[in-house]
Amino acid sequence: MNTMYEPVIGLEIHIQLLTNSKLFCHCSTCFGAPQNTQVCPVCLGMPGVLPVLNERAIEFGIRLALATHCSIAERSIFARKNYFYPDLPKGYQISQFEDPLCSNGFIEVNDTESTHRIRITRIHIEEDAGKSIHAEEYVDADQTLIDLNRCGVPLLELVTEPDIRSPQEAYLFLTKLKQLVQYLDICDGNMEQGSLRCDANISIRPLHSKTLGIKTELKNMNSFKGVEKALEFEFNRQVQEIQNGNRIKQVTLMWDDKLNCVVPMRSKEMAHDYRYFPDPDLVPVIIRHSTIDTIQKKLPELPEDKLKRFMEDYKLPQYDAEVLTESKEIADYFEAVAKEIKDYKSVSNWIMGDVLRSLNEGKITINEFAIEPGRLSELLHLIEKKVINLTIAKTLFTKMMSDKRAPSELVTQLGLSQVSDTTEISALIDKILGQHQKEVADYLSGKVKIFGFLVGQIMRESKGRANPQVVNEILKDKLEKQRESNWGCIKS
Amino acid sequence: MKLIENSYGSVRNLLAERRINCVKIVDHYLREINKQNTLNSFITLLNDRALKRAELIDHQIRERGLKKLSGLVIAIKDNICVKDVRTTCASRILSNFISPYDATVIHKLESEDAIIIAKTNMDEFAMGSSNETSHFGTVKNPHDTTRVPGGSSGGSAVSVAANLSMAALGSDTGGSIRQPASFCGIVGLKPTYGRVSRFGLVAFASSLDQIGPLTTNVEDCARILEVIAGQDTNDSTCSDSPVPSYVEALQDNMQGLTIGLPIEYFSEHLETEIKTRIDHVIDFLKASGFSVVPISLPHTEYAIADYYIIATAEASSNLERYDGARYGYRSESVQSLDEMYVNSRRQAFGDEVKRRIMLGTYVLSSGYYDAYYRKAQKVRALIKSDFQNAFDRCDCILTPTSPTTAFKIGDKMSDPLDMYLSDIYTVPANLAGIPAISIPVGKDMNDLPIGLQIMGRSFDESTLLKLAFFIERNYSTRDIAR
Repeated sequence: MNTMYEPVIGLEIHIQLLTNSKLFCHCSTCFGAPQNTQVCPVCLGMPGVLPVLNERAIEFGIRLALATHCSIAERSIFARKNYFYPDLPKGYQISQFEDPLCSNGFIEVNDTESTHRIRITRIHIEEDAGKSIHAEEYVDADQTLIDLNRCGVPLLELVTEPDIRSPQEAYLFLTKLKQLVQYLDICDGNMEQGSLRCDANISIRPLHSKTLGIKTELKNMNSFKGVEKALEFEFNRQVQEIQNGNRIKQVTLMWDDKLNCVVPMRSKEMAHDYRYFPDPDLVPVIIRHSTIDTIQKKLPELPEDKLKRFMEDYKLPQYDAEVLTESKEIADYFEAVAKEIKDYKSVSNWIMGDVLRSLNEGKITINEFAIEPGRLSELLHLIEKKVINLTIAKTLFTKMMSDKRAPSELVTQLGLSQVSDTTEISALIDKILGQHQKEVADYLSGKVKIFGFLVGQIMRESKGRANPQVVNEILKDKLEKQRESNWGCIKS
Repeated sequence: MKLIENSYGSVRNLLAERRINCVKIVDHYLREINKQNTLNSFITLLNDRALKRAELIDHQIRERGLKKLSGLVIAIKDNICVKDVRTTCASRILSNFISPYDATVIHKLESEDAIIIAKTNMDEFAMGSSNETSHFGTVKNPHDTTRVPGGSSGGSAVSVAANLSMAALGSDTGGSIRQPASFCGIVGLKPTYGRVSRFGLVAFASSLDQIGPLTTNVEDCARILEVIAGQDTNDSTCSDSPVPSYVEALQDNMQGLTIGLPIEYFSEHLETEIKTRIDHVIDFLKASGFSVVPISLPHTEYAIADYYIIATAEASSNLERYDGARYGYRSESVQSLDEMYVNSRRQAFGDEVKRRIMLGTYVLSSGYYDAYYRKAQKVRALIKSDFQNAFDRCDCILTPTSPTTAFKIGDKMSDPLDMYLSDIYTVPANLAGIPAISIPVGKDMNDLPIGLQIMGRSFDESTLLKLAFFIERNYSTRDIAR
């Protein structure tokens, strides 16, 4: 990145709320239902219908306000944002304009060295629009299909001040916000499915300057990484323009994820006058202190508090606690296992290692993961009780991902339990020593490293089931005895 | 069969005594409608539906006796949705629209066994004061078929005045129930804003619209209001204030009632004959022992201008949903999305609707919002406080309903401003949200009805109905020296 200029970035994020029903009618908000099945006269914008506010959305808004240090308006109002589009049945979106629900908050992001406070201008409630489908598999090139299932689903729109100073910081902010909304249980945080949508605005200025340049707006980013990439691209483009002696034009740009570049929107599409005015069909939202208190009391534990608690209660290193609390689901998973297994560090190791790796490889979430906390605890129990050793445990873990049976059952069925019986192990060792007389001789002549090799051969012969500690002891014993008898030979 | 008079009260007695049944009643009205179809008061007739309902209700009367509105034959303004029935708002853009749901008022009426007989003609989207803007043609005044019935609920008023139904529902945004009631010589009530649910009323101006009854007499009006009023979980602006028995209230004592006369309402706009008539009523009320005081509503002169900013702003937004995309009229000749919008709306909205959409779009535009819409809201607050101050001095306010009696068809169509002034006395009640009723108090020299308006405190429909009932019972309309 060019070091003579710094970017000045603000974000505008739409957060789709996890309410059961839509913002102004009783229709379900469930994702993925067949097209136009979750609709009613109200969200279809039929003549004569009226909106009735879903109070749950207000509660969700207050949760986010409390978690982001915003002030909550005692009286806020809904406004109509008027524009024509086929996926907007009423011809206006019910949103908030003057007097939003929340304002003046902040979220803090940490990079490796420091903490930076990003101020939040406002958070308001609005309804989502439907979806236009231009896909060629369904329709002719000159046709568009409309799916109104999403129409009327509640959103929070969060607008930041232009406090972000790098594309990376924008990425960190989004990650933090995603973590927050998931913890608050108000949004599933899935940017690919559109539950979180982010637009950005960016201008540049010489480093250490206080003035603001002319900003451009970036739309159509489909992932957090996409936001970062688009901002990087646009920062470099603006620097190039300035260095070429050009001026930045105030435009809206569409990010093209495939071509990795931005395309200007047609100026006609930008020339909107939304004619906002208070929606006369809805009464002002009045929020009492007692309501805020009640919501505050029921507020779920926030990420920072959980992090602290994980370090204190489970005595985990900060790194472990950070990884485990990054998502609420992982943290919940950890706590469910830790309820049963008291060696918390080992629980943490398993989750940070094998579990997270499996999630990444399978591109799944912890809730879709085949090994539930109960079965992982059982697996760890088997290790604790020395029924199986670590090697077997890893094999068993892999097996458990495709076989939903209890680990103890799998151990019995597959004959994986650890062998600690000395006679059995003794016989095994004799067999191996017989097959590797040269190596034994080498060992006895002073090449002590051979010991490990011999242990490996024995473990392999036992298919990993032999108790390594027992193997070690008996092997050492037998080799020493052999040394003594060799001495005897020489003596005689 | 001969009905004694076109009132539900009398028919109800006959029904209770089993001297008549609902099928016969409906038959009678269907024959009357057939005879007088030149008045053009209806857009859709519901003959079969009404007869089926009548049979069912006859059966229910035999089983369980009468409900609150058993056998009431009522016509519904065509901007109120009835499930599976065409609801056009007298516009080409909704000429093929079948509502998939019932308005709350329809549900309430039918729960009390009322029988809906037809959907009535109106000004397109309730925008007009003469019923001349309808896509389905002008409605004629039964008192003089060369004259307008008033608007926008002209079809509803004519239906009742010409004995084509016992009652009708209308909607009133700036006088659309009261002015046609006055022109047609019947009773029309605009309830307090929030008294009757608007769910299912196709919106013109959401902060002003109210549904109300049009009837031949005050008691029927009270009966219907009692049924359609009350809280509705589908309408956030609908009040939870309890609904009293308006019918019982008619018998209440009115001792000590003070009537206010706003000086601003008796200005030069008012036709002399109407003024003489209203004065005559006032003299009668004084003689009957009421105390009558002059009051002032100083911001009255701004009401029409204020109304045409607020109403058109809301209308421009409310009518955006008619875009040809999902229902209603869509132009055949389109090459692009923009053309679908432009051509559909250009072809299917009438001139008055277009005029108001343009006005409303203008006053909400960025750069003009503060000068027009925001200022209009401030003026509205002043008009509201005018009334609050007035009601410190009096219990209700008495005025003419309209500055003129029914005018000639075509007279005002070329002059919108002149047309708008027709609502000069009715608009303030909508802006203030207060209830107002128009009752007939005689006729002018052309034998055209004159209406008297009574306005009252919010949610005090009882007082309006009581005073209206007293005048109806005791004031002799003939007794005036010409």
